[in-house]
Amino acid sequence: MATKLPEVDILLVGFGWTSAIMAQELAETGLSILALERSAWRDTPADMAPTFDQDELRYYWRQHLFQNVSHDTLTIRNNTSQTALPMRRLGSFLLGTGVGGAGVHWNGQIWRFLPSDFLAKSHNAQRYGPQSVTQYDMTVQDWGVTYEELEPHYDTFDKLCGTAGKAGNLRGQIQPGGNPFEGPRQNEFPAPPLPMTYAPTLFAKAASEVGYHPFPHPAGNMSQPYQNPLGAQLGQCTYCGFCEKFACGNYSKATPQTTLFPSLFTKPNFTLKTGAEVLKINLDSNGKRAVSVTYVDGEGREWEQPAGAILLGAYILHNVRLLLLSGIGKPYNPQTGEGVVGKNYAYQITSSVHVFYDDKILNPFIGAGALGMVVDDFNGDNFDHSGKGFIGGGYIALLTTNGRPVEWYAGSHIVPKDTPNWGPKWKAAVAKNYLKSATLATHGAVMSHRGNYLDLDPTYRDIYGRPMLRMTFDYTDNEHKMSDFLTDRATDIAKAMRPREFRANPRKGSWSVVPYQTTHNTGGAIMGATPQDSVVNTYMQSWDVPNLFVMGAGAFPQNPGYNPTATVAALTYRAAAAIKSQYLKAPGALVQA
Amino acid sequence: MTRSRLALALVCAAFAGGLLFAGATLSQSATEAPPQDAAGRADGGLSVEQLLARTTPPNTPNRDQVERGRQLVIAGDCAACHTKAGGAPFAGSRPIRTPFGVIYSPNITSDHMKHWSADQFYRALHRGLDDDGHHLYPAFPYTYFVHVTRADSDAMLAYLRTTPAVAAKRPANALPFPLNIRGVLVVWNALFFHPKPLQTPAGKSAAWARGQYLVEGPGHCGACHTPKNMLGADETSKAYQGGVLDNWEAPNLTADARTGLGAWSVDDIVEYLKTGRNARAQAGGPMAEVVSASTSMLPDPDLRAIAVYLKDRPAAAPNAGGDPDRAAMARGEAIWQDTCSACHLQSGEGQARFFPPMRGNQGVQQGDPTNVVRVILEGVRTAPTPTRPTPLSMPSYAWKLTDREIADVATYVRNAWGNKAAPVGADKVASLRRKLDLIRPPLSSWSKVDQR
Repeated sequence: MATKLPEVDILLVGFGWTSAIMAQELAETGLSILALERSAWRDTPADMAPTFDQDELRYYWRQHLFQNVSHDTLTIRNNTSQTALPMRRLGSFLLGTGVGGAGVHWNGQIWRFLPSDFLAKSHNAQRYGPQSVTQYDMTVQDWGVTYEELEPHYDTFDKLCGTAGKAGNLRGQIQPGGNPFEGPRQNEFPAPPLPMTYAPTLFAKAASEVGYHPFPHPAGNMSQPYQNPLGAQLGQCTYCGFCEKFACGNYSKATPQTTLFPSLFTKPNFTLKTGAEVLKINLDSNGKRAVSVTYVDGEGREWEQPAGAILLGAYILHNVRLLLLSGIGKPYNPQTGEGVVGKNYAYQITSSVHVFYDDKILNPFIGAGALGMVVDDFNGDNFDHSGKGFIGGGYIALLTTNGRPVEWYAGSHIVPKDTPNWGPKWKAAVAKNYLKSATLATHGAVMSHRGNYLDLDPTYRDIYGRPMLRMTFDYTDNEHKMSDFLTDRATDIAKAMRPREFRANPRKGSWSVVPYQTTHNTGGAIMGATPQDSVVNTYMQSWDVPNLFVMGAGAFPQNPGYNPTATVAALTYRAAAAIKSQYLKAPGALVQA
Repeated sequence: MTRSRLALALVCAAFAGGLLFAGATLSQSATEAPPQDAAGRADGGLSVEQLLARTTPPNTPNRDQVERGRQLVIAGDCAACHTKAGGAPFAGSRPIRTPFGVIYSPNITSDHMKHWSADQFYRALHRGLDDDGHHLYPAFPYTYFVHVTRADSDAMLAYLRTTPAVAAKRPANALPFPLNIRGVLVVWNALFFHPKPLQTPAGKSAAWARGQYLVEGPGHCGACHTPKNMLGADETSKAYQGGVLDNWEAPNLTADARTGLGAWSVDDIVEYLKTGRNARAQAGGPMAEVVSASTSMLPDPDLRAIAVYLKDRPAAAPNAGGDPDRAAMARGEAIWQDTCSACHLQSGEGQARFFPPMRGNQGVQQGDPTNVVRVILEGVRTAPTPTRPTPLSMPSYAWKLTDREIADVATYVRNAWGNKAAPVGADKVASLRRKLDLIRPPLSSWSKVDQR
């Protein structure tokens, strides 16, 4: 039986980027704010010190920063004809846990979506015909929010993070050296691009030769010492090459710890409780108001925490599962197409081309999470899709994120074609190529699809006896055609780089849970203009329970060809502004259904 | 039951058993975040910084006096000694580790100070006597507070009487005989306590005079920065030449260019005291507490006054540099390149206000190498301040570097790039390591073999 605690004004569930932003934005109201994080406290000097933060065995192989799948995991299948099974080792994506969440172990790749991405249905239907957005059983939707509405909030996040980059479109004027396809920015990046290493410059030169428009990848790795508007200080990146899957010990990566905590933890009206896993959101008798959450602490004791408003800021898979477990919103049914919770789960599709030189030393161990050059010529609707049989696109980049030896070989297999997987010939290939190879990556959109969704598993339960989340997902022909097209364009650039040899790795067949691809899971709690086709309105407010807000990439109606974090943050800032200026004055629905 | 369900049930059962076991050994598991990178207190109450930052409400009786008292309590950094780590502000019980033993600070919240008269409080500041007339140990720096004016004394008491009441009892002091008998302080006072009123020489500015009052009076800077004699009294002839306490070196504040403030401008000092960092140095250790709970909250004119006064001290360098062994320098440089240069750069220039420069750094060139050795052993956390709230930190290398390696890299830092200071021996590192209880565990059975 849960023990009831005194009510707080604002309750945040999970404590990564979105909850930390919300807490910081709402702290000025003077309301009592409590955040519940299921896992442990961690900060830079104690938990990510540069004396040990480059431990590949601990962080890469043993997944130290990630969810313990022996306590809780999810079940996975490619389609409804299969039986979903629990994911017993994290692979394709890595579920963060602990204070700072995935914001601790990300690469710092800070992208804005294209203006047309927010109009995926109407824009593509208008340009390529209505069937372009419904073929392959796609369930593409507009977002209900525009790039222009989000632009000031993207800008806030850039200033928070000290994003390093070069604007390609300043208030409508195309700028040399930046991304000419991006939406207009009101301001230049707060910091100049990261100084490039050799391999990305070879890529940029080749991409220009074949007629594309290379520019520096926007980075949350510091190109220079930076103090953000909250006073927090981030040091210049040392290019140690341990970003993704690792925590930064040098204060050089934008994370909740480095950008928000120094200010947030001075607020007397903010409290964080760790070791507090929320099991359920409790509603009032008519199901229209969230009154509390039930959480369990590390000793297994249950507590009921009442709150005036509840904001879900856990990872999208947990947020969607909490909605389903709490009976909030109508679960999606792929047979009938009815219901919205769990609908339009999407992911990302990636591929790569390795290049190997004889005469160029590339030193891949000099790296940073977002260090590299990119072309965006084939993202979104930046090119004519007529006759191509797909919509959407992705970027092509040569990023020198790392040369970490275990992952480079055990994970990514960056050796020439026909190299055996072990033995003397493998060793010889490694020794010959390590310093002289690089990888072009494609990072593609995944459109929403009638058969891709999230629901509760009928069989498997977690340690608390709750049904696990079940993921049903596969790539459709739209993704494969699009990804093959991107891989071919990357191959064009690879050839123009004039390596000794190259090796293309297109994404073939069904989605596999085993090899790491991206932790860019989206959808399931999608946003939109009406309750008929979305879970939340464009202020991330539940249509069904107006004192409940659901943050995160679960709101994406489909997944564009970029990394999601900046858009997640921009949506959070926009919701926070509406909560402050409207909701707190008159609690209730911010958008009338 | 399917095999997988059975397996899951076994996992659940095993975990439930673990929870029961954990429940027997842990009193609390849904913990508040420990405020290591934060200012908040573990029990959710106000931190000292949060309390001191609160201006006095307009409807408070004698508001102007209370507000003035708040500023003076900040300037005096009363919180530093009268608040224990993670404890309620001003509730005392902090262990003050003197060379003679441990003294626990008393509770000075309103719960205790409501019993004090203004006369008693003034007598404590000026004569070192408590409310019962017993002698206070000079760990309470009445040798400086004697310069506090009567109006300021009254204001400080008025403020302390507004602090949240906490009924806290402190542990008994751990002092050996005869120092545990307060009567011996009659002798100590007769020997060392001969206060003279502060004089402002002709021609000095009002800022200088204000700085003198703050530094020599409530701010009691010399309590740490002036060396002490065998009996713990200030060696007044060596004022501000640097002192050692609790295994920290409070550096030279005279105008010496290499080890003191000679190369610092008034603006450098103001920025350091206000933000915890400047282009030359960052506040760590006990000075980080001084900056966070005191100087960063002082008004700019007071900081400037302190800087003007400090910049007008005669130069004195108590310890000359020595000739380091070339082999030690070579070894130290290799460790520097591998271990330190990512943040502090190969050139030792650091990143101003983020990771401090070692080149020309006054702190690392002190005659006594305690601080540089301690920071490598223990790590250090820069003072978080309202203007620069990030507590940029260096990690501990105690587990990673041997005494010899730390000695070599410390010697290198003290003598590279034009720096000059006596070399550091491995015995100094070993001694400090023991005092700080930072034992280096063997990293593997191989290192055990190495050590034999």
